Amino acid sequence: MLEGDSLMLNVETCCKSYRVGAFGGGELLAVQNVSFDVHPGEVVSLIGESGSGKSTIGKMILRLLKVTRGNIVFDGVDISTLGGRELKAYYADVQGVFQDPFSSYNPIFKADRVFTMLRSEYFSGLSATDWHAKLEKSLDAVSLNPGDVLGKYPHQLSGGQLQRMLIARALMLDIRLLVADEIISMLDASTRIDVLNLLGDLKSRGLGILFITHDLSLGNYISDKTMILRRGNVVELGATELVFGNPVHPYTKTLLASVPQLHTKWQDVDVTIGAPPAPGNGGGQLVLAEGSLELVEVEPSHFAALDGDGAAP
Amino acid sequence: MSLKVDGLTVYYQSLRGDVKAVDGATFEIADGEIMGLAGESGCGKSTLGKSLVRMDARMRYVDGRVELDGKELPVWDDRKMNPYRFKHVSIIPQYALSALNPTRKIGTMATELLASRDIPLNGVVDEFKRRLKIVGLPEDVLERFPIELSGGMKQRVVMVLSSLLDPSLLIADEVTSALDVSTQRAVSELLVEFRDRGFVKSMIVITHDLSVLYQIADTILVMYAGKLAEKAPAETVVHAPAHPYTRMLISSLPEVGVRYAEKRLIGIPGRPPSLLEPPTGCRFKTRCPLAFEKCAEEPPFVEVAPGQAAACWKATA
Ligand SMILES: Nc1ncnc2c1ncn2[C@@H]1O[C@H](COP(=O)(O)OP(=O)(O)OP(=O)(O)O)[C@@H](O)[C@H]1O
Ligand SMILES: Nc1ncnc2c1ncn2[C@@H]1O[C@H](COP(=O)(O)OP(=O)(O)OP(=O)(O)O)[C@@H](O)[C@H]1O
Ligand code: SF4
Ligand SMILES: [Mg+2]
Ligand SMILES: [Mg+2]
Repeated sequence: MLEGDSLMLNVETCCKSYRVGAFGGGELLAVQNVSFDVHPGEVVSLIGESGSGKSTIGKMILRLLKVTRGNIVFDGVDISTLGGRELKAYYADVQGVFQDPFSSYNPIFKADRVFTMLRSEYFSGLSATDWHAKLEKSLDAVSLNPGDVLGKYPHQLSGGQLQRMLIARALMLDIRLLVADEIISMLDASTRIDVLNLLGDLKSRGLGILFITHDLSLGNYISDKTMILRRGNVVELGATELVFGNPVHPYTKTLLASVPQLHTKWQDVDVTIGAPPAPGNGGGQLVLAEGSLELVEVEPSHFAALDGDGAAP
Repeated sequence: MSLKVDGLTVYYQSLRGDVKAVDGATFEIADGEIMGLAGESGCGKSTLGKSLVRMDARMRYVDGRVELDGKELPVWDDRKMNPYRFKHVSIIPQYALSALNPTRKIGTMATELLASRDIPLNGVVDEFKRRLKIVGLPEDVLERFPIELSGGMKQRVVMVLSSLLDPSLLIADEVTSALDVSTQRAVSELLVEFRDRGFVKSMIVITHDLSVLYQIADTILVMYAGKLAEKAPAETVVHAPAHPYTRMLISSLPEVGVRYAEKRLIGIPGRPPSLLEPPTGCRFKTRCPLAFEKCAEEPPFVEVAPGQAAACWKATA
């Protein structure tokens, strides 16, 4: 384990472009010049609308996607250079859990296969009893009864159950960085709190977490640093309390006004804010990212983009 | 009365016995009502929703009656349900978005879907395009592949398709949970607009996200471990819940501004019982701070105040 505030993950001006269209003739710039770092024991939340490139960033860190331009550096080593045994060691340190739990399971095998595969890969030395104790402990940590979930096929389990099994699996390894892509969007309020508190405890023991979410109150609850992404660009980045307490970019403000709250209706939020927030890109064309944005420091530990949206802070 | 469900009981068959996922559900939905359905992960929300439209092969209808617009729905008979699906009751399944075929254009998929339900294309194609426009989608979405659309755009296409024949009841299972907050808001408000425009008469909106339901639902039904816990107007569920489970669920919601480092929220201690052998009596009793001897008996789901029903001995007292 590295020291308290030493650097662990460093994402340096990363870009990703996808080939799109029927013959792959088009190009979609999904991520543009994104830079940030994650230290041990730090939770960085990545917030942005659907299609803004959040999962793409997560997948590049997990080497499930190639970086088009830029570097991802872990413990000082560019991860694109890792191969064979080094890559296996990398995955013993860095794991991801993805947003759609069903896609992580093969429907023709029982859901526990994700554990069996982990066992043969990393814990083949463990006795059956020890393995079982370890498995039950990790299921317990995500509030699952082993009897309810083991031995079943993916379609026999609810979305939230599948999701928690994946979290349990990632945490069985003594990892140092977790890429958590919308892992709690399928969970109810009470289970969410349990999982969040579990992440909080692991964080205090030094786990770094990239917490991808669309839920601002959860991001605010758990993270030290917040990064707001829009159309592949970082529009605001900084200490969580500054980004939430003093949002500078209009897009960040729009997001804050859209958070569903228990005691205030959206219409009332609009009245206090002045104008209804612009709808997310859900309604319009998917816009290709244009030139990348420049971040300026608006106050210590707080950066925001000056862009063409009339967004001067 | 648009929907009337009486004692609906649906189990899953498994090698270890029956999973009692929906047990004796009794409730009504009025014309024009948007009912939110909430509860812990695995409590039976999707099962209840699916059982009103299409039971999957492992589901076993055990008991109960479902009536839509005064006519009984043959929910236990897959074939007899055919004439009702899509036309009278329609569902947007959980994870519908990730189930979209990536190699098919949106328009091709829509055509195939309509054909598979024996709906003549020429009768609906204009209306389909009109509604795509209403939800703010450009006509050329039909020429695009799912990957070229954002989550919110795909969700709109799915919503338009599943309500195209103006069903009396639309069940939307977690349609907003994968969306960012601003798209989530836009899609939620569209659900209300669909009701207001008469595309659907009433709706069941399934989500564990009570703060979204508070924004759009008229009433909220809370389930716990396969049983109904409480149903009341949304305002009442949020501000004056009668069931201890509802109260604890509401108070475990983080408001914007609460932070782990400053105030550690607590969820509901303990966990829901296994649905293979659920405890007798009140299923919440092992986690309930108010439990007393009588809770060994099952509390009936009854009206505790006008418009508010709950299954709890303490709520009736
Ligand atoms: N394999 C792919 N081929 C082409 N385009 C892709 C591919 N994967 C993602 N995209 C596109 O890249 C953009 C970013 O996608 P990404 O999945 O990273 O977004 P996201 O922020 O995770 O969104 P969501 O909140 O919906 O999960 C989107 O426009 C998406 O359609
Ligand atoms: N095919 C099946 N066979 C056996 N058990 C099943 C099957 N499908 C679901 N179950 C079980 O039935 C219960 C209810 O599942 P359901 O999918 O209705 O939950 P849910 O409330 O929708 O949860 P979530 O919020 O996670 O989507 C769960 O405990 C689940 O494990
Ligand atoms: S019936 Fe008893 S155990 Fe159940 S919720 Fe009411 S008080 Fe609690
Ligand atoms: Mg994503
Ligand atoms: Mg469900």
